[in-house]
Amino acid sequence: MSYYNEMFEGDSVRDPYARLREWVETMPDDFRQMKQAEAEALFRRIGITFAVYGEGGDPDRLIPFDMMPRVFEQAEWRRLERGIKQRARALNAFLRDVYGRGEIIRAGRIPGRLVYQNEAFEKSVVGFVPPRGVYSHIIGIDLVRTAKDEFYVLEDNCRTPSGVSYMLENREIMMRMFPQLFRGNRIEPVDQYPDLLRRTLESVAPAKCNDRPTCVILTPGHYNSAYYEHSFLANLMGVELVEGQDLFVDGEFCYMRTTTGPKRVDVIYRRIDDPYLDPLCFRPDSMLGIPGLMDVYRSGGVSICSAPGAGVADDKAIYTFVPEMIRFYLGEEPILNNVQTWTLWKDDDYRYVMEHLPELVVKEVHGSGGYGMLVGPKSTKEEIEVFRAKIQANPSNYIAQPTLALSTCPTFVNEGIAPRHVDLRPYCLCGDRIELVPGGLTRVALREGSLVVNSSQGGGVKDTWVLSE
Amino acid sequence: MRLKISHETVYRYGQPIRNLVQSLRLTPSVFEGQKTHEWQIDVSGGVKGPGFRDGAGDWIEGWTVRGPVDHVTVRITGRIDTRDMAGVLRGHREMIHPLTYLRDSPATRPDDALRALAQSVTGSDPLDLAHQLSASVSDRIAFRPGVTHTGTTASQALALGEGVCQDHTHALTAIARLRGLPARYVSGYLHSTIDGQAHDAAHAWAEIQVEGLGWIGFDAANRCCPDERYVRLGSGLDAADAAPIRGVAMGTGSEDMDVSVRVEEMAQ
Repeated sequence: MSYYNEMFEGDSVRDPYARLREWVETMPDDFRQMKQAEAEALFRRIGITFAVYGEGGDPDRLIPFDMMPRVFEQAEWRRLERGIKQRARALNAFLRDVYGRGEIIRAGRIPGRLVYQNEAFEKSVVGFVPPRGVYSHIIGIDLVRTAKDEFYVLEDNCRTPSGVSYMLENREIMMRMFPQLFRGNRIEPVDQYPDLLRRTLESVAPAKCNDRPTCVILTPGHYNSAYYEHSFLANLMGVELVEGQDLFVDGEFCYMRTTTGPKRVDVIYRRIDDPYLDPLCFRPDSMLGIPGLMDVYRSGGVSICSAPGAGVADDKAIYTFVPEMIRFYLGEEPILNNVQTWTLWKDDDYRYVMEHLPELVVKEVHGSGGYGMLVGPKSTKEEIEVFRAKIQANPSNYIAQPTLALSTCPTFVNEGIAPRHVDLRPYCLCGDRIELVPGGLTRVALREGSLVVNSSQGGGVKDTWVLSE
Repeated sequence: MRLKISHETVYRYGQPIRNLVQSLRLTPSVFEGQKTHEWQIDVSGGVKGPGFRDGAGDWIEGWTVRGPVDHVTVRITGRIDTRDMAGVLRGHREMIHPLTYLRDSPATRPDDALRALAQSVTGSDPLDLAHQLSASVSDRIAFRPGVTHTGTTASQALALGEGVCQDHTHALTAIARLRGLPARYVSGYLHSTIDGQAHDAAHAWAEIQVEGLGWIGFDAANRCCPDERYVRLGSGLDAADAAPIRGVAMGTGSEDMDVSVRVEEMAQ
């Protein structure tokens, strides 16, 4: 398998990487080691040690930071941006449709049972249209690159994608350690993200709000692996970080307890899952939520971001239909590719996958963090057979995809720099406008040859640059 | 029938409570079989919060009681005209797709006995099948108060072979879904049983979706379909989901509940 190396065009170094290569080549070894230690110390001091994407493991683990940035040219980014925004529009249109008339199902483009019997489909919000018709306000789209102009979407995260604090911190640390790099390159900033997020949240305040909207971030608490990110964002946005017990419902509205008395809350950026939002509507045993919140929400007294029920758009079974959504709602052809996906509960797919295991990637339907997956081409015969037995025991627990030739980026290794495989998660904001800061979180598989970028499997993170014109 | 309804639920707390929040599904449904003339909901010491019609067509009303109080009374009084629609829920506006009601829920999760019961029945068409399924539940679960409680599941009630309307309804919704018929739990009132006995409690029955006819009610506890003696309030996947009253309060003491329901026929 050959891999696209983002640093080269044929034998020559591509423009966006030319200055960086010079920077690396003139960097003395001891300077590099000193800087690497400095970066680590900075991360520790900031306290950014949480696990990305709910991977589990040690919550205090530090994710390795690679000082070599990943670089996109303006033109490359523009195309990516169009593709991401297109997808975000289609996903929100889909949510508005399935909680309304369900035209895409009536038209026979998506089987109704996949939507209506989906656990993430929330019956209690059918017929309710949130402000501006937006259901998913922050969409994290996981992308991989396989060629100069070829990007694939691995998955959409429409509920509460995490990791954006890494995007901000990676940049902050690079600017602090290597200010000269930022003087010599025209790099588009990402630090407007918190302002844009706040603006997005304010733009979806309910109609009953007639002042500047009061926004809060609702966290499950400091035991949550992403608590750092919740407090980090609240701080940068200048809004309160609250837990369920800090909020209460009185009459038609939701209020926050403050030292100066109750204050009405208009927009809740929640980082807790649907079942825990309101014991009167969802799990009656939940202690995390706010009793009565869903009644206030459904009568237009408060906005919840993302909207309860938004998860039906990022389900693995729905994923395969996103290109269809783009055609159906937008009348456009998808700019970004979907990865072909075989679902092992279908007989034909099962047969194909079992015959081609050494070529495929097989994942658990509800797995995350790179656990419980088989990367066929990187596995031994024994490993493949062990996995085959697992699939046979419970086929409906697995999906399979072709092994994608993930692009590589130059990455610091002991011997200097070497190519390592990467992915990308940009964060798209949807309110009255659709916004995307130029950048995102690049994860890198630090182990030579590894295609698994998850930090639990030896992955690290990089600053992601978009060069201006 | 012109029915007068008074329904009172009194919650008594061992220790005074504060910040009680309730979500009430206590307003009659709007469809051709019912016409509401007067309906009043009152929560003692409470502030009326949001009211809205949800996707299932139910009117939901939120109430909050700041407290501290040692008891709360939820009082319903109303007058309503009902018509016999042979169980058919005609003219009811709702937006939830029927396929949604093929999902199971904690109280209706099937076990082997429910699966066997579902498969033991045959019907010449979907409507007949629904009738047969309802009859099979009437046959297998005898009406007997006091042996089950609000947390009893469909599979537990079937194993016991006894129960009340909630248990019949859970069992029927469970086996209808197993046969591919969307089914749901309906809560409401009943004027009198078929033998003319006054029914002095809240009532529940099932609705099954039959293609071409829509939602049809089946009362397996009383071996009939709802008619003019029935008042429909709302629906859900099971009793908890369709509950007329849901509430949470801040407090640590005990809670006792007294319910009284009167459904009387009025002169036209």
